[in-house]
Amino acid sequence: MDWANIFTDATVAAVGPVAAAYALSAIGLNLQFGYAGLLNFGHVAFMMAGAYGLAITVDAGGSFWLGLVVGVAAAMALGMLMGGPTLRLRADYLAIVTISAAEILRLLVRSSWAEPATNSVFGIQQFADPFFDLNPFDPTRRYAIGDFAFQGRVLWVMVVGWALVGAAVLLLHRLIRSPWGRMVRAVREDEDATAAVGKNTFFLKLQTLMIGGALAGIAGMILAVEKQSVSPDAFQPRLTFFLYVIVILGGAGTVWGPVFGAIVFQFLLFFFDGFMQSAEAEGWFGNAIDATDAQQFKLVLVGIGLMTLMILRPQGFFGRRDEQLIGDTT
Amino acid sequence: MMFATLLLTAAPAQAQEEDTASTIRGTLETIDNESRVPIGGVTITVSLDGVEVGTAVSGPDGDWEVQIPAAGSYDVELDVTTLPEGVSPTDPDRMALPDVAVRDGQNKSVRFNLGSGISSGISDLDRFLDLVVLGLKLGAIIALAAVGLSIVFGVTGLVNFAHGEFVTFGAVLAFFFHTADSGPGWGLIAAAIPAVLLTALFAGTQELTLWRPLRRRRTGSIAMLVISIGLSFAVRNVILIVLGGEPESYEDFVIQEPTSILGIDVVPKNLVIIGASVVILGGVGLFLRYTQAGIAVRAVADNKDLAESSGIDVNRVIMVAWLMGGVLAGLSGVFLGVSEKVEWNMGFRILLLIFAAVVLGGLGTAFGAMLGGFVIGLSVEVSTFWITTELKNGVALAILVAMLLWRPQGLLGTRERIG
Repeated sequence: MDWANIFTDATVAAVGPVAAAYALSAIGLNLQFGYAGLLNFGHVAFMMAGAYGLAITVDAGGSFWLGLVVGVAAAMALGMLMGGPTLRLRADYLAIVTISAAEILRLLVRSSWAEPATNSVFGIQQFADPFFDLNPFDPTRRYAIGDFAFQGRVLWVMVVGWALVGAAVLLLHRLIRSPWGRMVRAVREDEDATAAVGKNTFFLKLQTLMIGGALAGIAGMILAVEKQSVSPDAFQPRLTFFLYVIVILGGAGTVWGPVFGAIVFQFLLFFFDGFMQSAEAEGWFGNAIDATDAQQFKLVLVGIGLMTLMILRPQGFFGRRDEQLIGDTT
Repeated sequence: MMFATLLLTAAPAQAQEEDTASTIRGTLETIDNESRVPIGGVTITVSLDGVEVGTAVSGPDGDWEVQIPAAGSYDVELDVTTLPEGVSPTDPDRMALPDVAVRDGQNKSVRFNLGSGISSGISDLDRFLDLVVLGLKLGAIIALAAVGLSIVFGVTGLVNFAHGEFVTFGAVLAFFFHTADSGPGWGLIAAAIPAVLLTALFAGTQELTLWRPLRRRRTGSIAMLVISIGLSFAVRNVILIVLGGEPESYEDFVIQEPTSILGIDVVPKNLVIIGASVVILGGVGLFLRYTQAGIAVRAVADNKDLAESSGIDVNRVIMVAWLMGGVLAGLSGVFLGVSEKVEWNMGFRILLLIFAAVVLGGLGTAFGAMLGGFVIGLSVEVSTFWITTELKNGVALAILVAMLLWRPQGLLGTRERIG
């Protein structure tokens, strides 16, 4: 088994553009779930709204930069649509509506009915040329530090992606320490008490859902731009579960947790995947497991990881137990 | 559209169990409106990896059969040039069927659709009534699964996102006992019994090893919800690894001739699903209403502390709820497998409808879940009268959202639950 190769691949994945998109999306989810206690299980829908907002705008003849605005607006509008009917109710209702809405939205985008706009399962391609025109790196060159190599094209997405993550961390840092952030956390700890001092808790939760959604929308656009392609099946429900593992791994309700979580998550996921695939290729499992199965084991690991974290260490690596509604007794 | 699938002709699957030779066979006929005319003298070629294995010419009754040497994945092609004057394929692209999987000893039925297809000649009323029957069937399947979810929520406060996996679990186990190569090959009804019981065992084991210890640790309900999502994701992917990504179907009851009831053409299996579900749900209703254990379940759902202090063993009641939920969801899975396909994510897909049903009826109420199940099933299927099938699940979401806006406690729920 080529451990060095597996390690290199996992490290490249952990700092690559996908990890940056996950980190950014997880920052949004962390604002909703970690700080405000909102159970948004359809986070992937916000990413899809952002990505498709961009792709459809460009496809319809709009400029790339207008597409960015439309993508963010679409994600925020989605937050309003999902939050409006549910945020006055107990937390589970938001979970039910978001998980359903995300999957049904994906089926809608996939359907032949939406085909004129979304091109159904085939998706939309080549909408990010203006972005790559600004690329200061040589797209044909490989930039390498030791064994870790990136194409100039990928490197450009990566740099922009992590810069956006940095900006989002700063934004969140400021937001959480502002009066608004204190109110959001107060809603999580005791909504009735917050309402009793005259705060509009519904509106606060809606704002949180929309800001978190906008961050996820931008993350979705990073994924779309990196591939120069959007397709409905890139936005499976599993992505939401990945993000939950990331948020809880890093520590829900901490500023740096999601960034740390995304890097560690991507590393572990690819390391495990690389291990399973080369173990399968070397015949460790005999006939019991074939190559497709070996790839799917990582998803089982994600599910078990989410359960185990929630049971044993709901505060994650960085979280403090007292910052933590989700670990509390009720 | 629906008729096209119902009219598929099949040789009885169990007809030649001892005979290990496999065949690919079928009956050629045109279907125009109500009339069906057998077509003879048409050549059909079976080949394996481009090498011809055998050919057949359909007889005067339209029947044809090709003997094949071994199990495998064959390409079956109808020679369009041998079709008689005036007979054309319904869909010219479906005259060569690649990768027809045949097992040892199986008589695999293959259908080529000829003629104009079916949909013409069916009145709107008939089509509507067909959809109502399909809606009742889907409603029964949803209601069976929804009752368990709702009762478990009632007694534990857990919205179990892994409930859909009970549905898949039941369907897949029945597939194993019934159709799978490595299984014992029992009839579907015989296979359903252990499948359903093992699903209940799975649910009970979950309660004992996971949920009860978590309650003892006083884990919050939101944390439990997240744990159930992780569990659902893990179980779903284990099933994916074991079963594979391809949809499978049961061998029994795949193809049935419709019978006419009150002027509506109904496939018997649909009638059985609806009838059996109504009887079972009625039984669940009587159990909850009149037996001591059922009253205990409702008491715990109503007020756990009060129930406990009046001498009810709460953990036992919760166990009853899980076992019941497992049985009903497993059965729902078998029915869903009969009516559609057995697939690794079937439970997750129907979970969205189950949620809509449970919220519609009122989270935590068993009777509400039954009512909600039928309302959702009917709305989803009947909606395809007007909108494309691809969007039908969106109707369930629309109902769910409308209900939350208008009456969040559900049709039969009480106000205090939603707080």
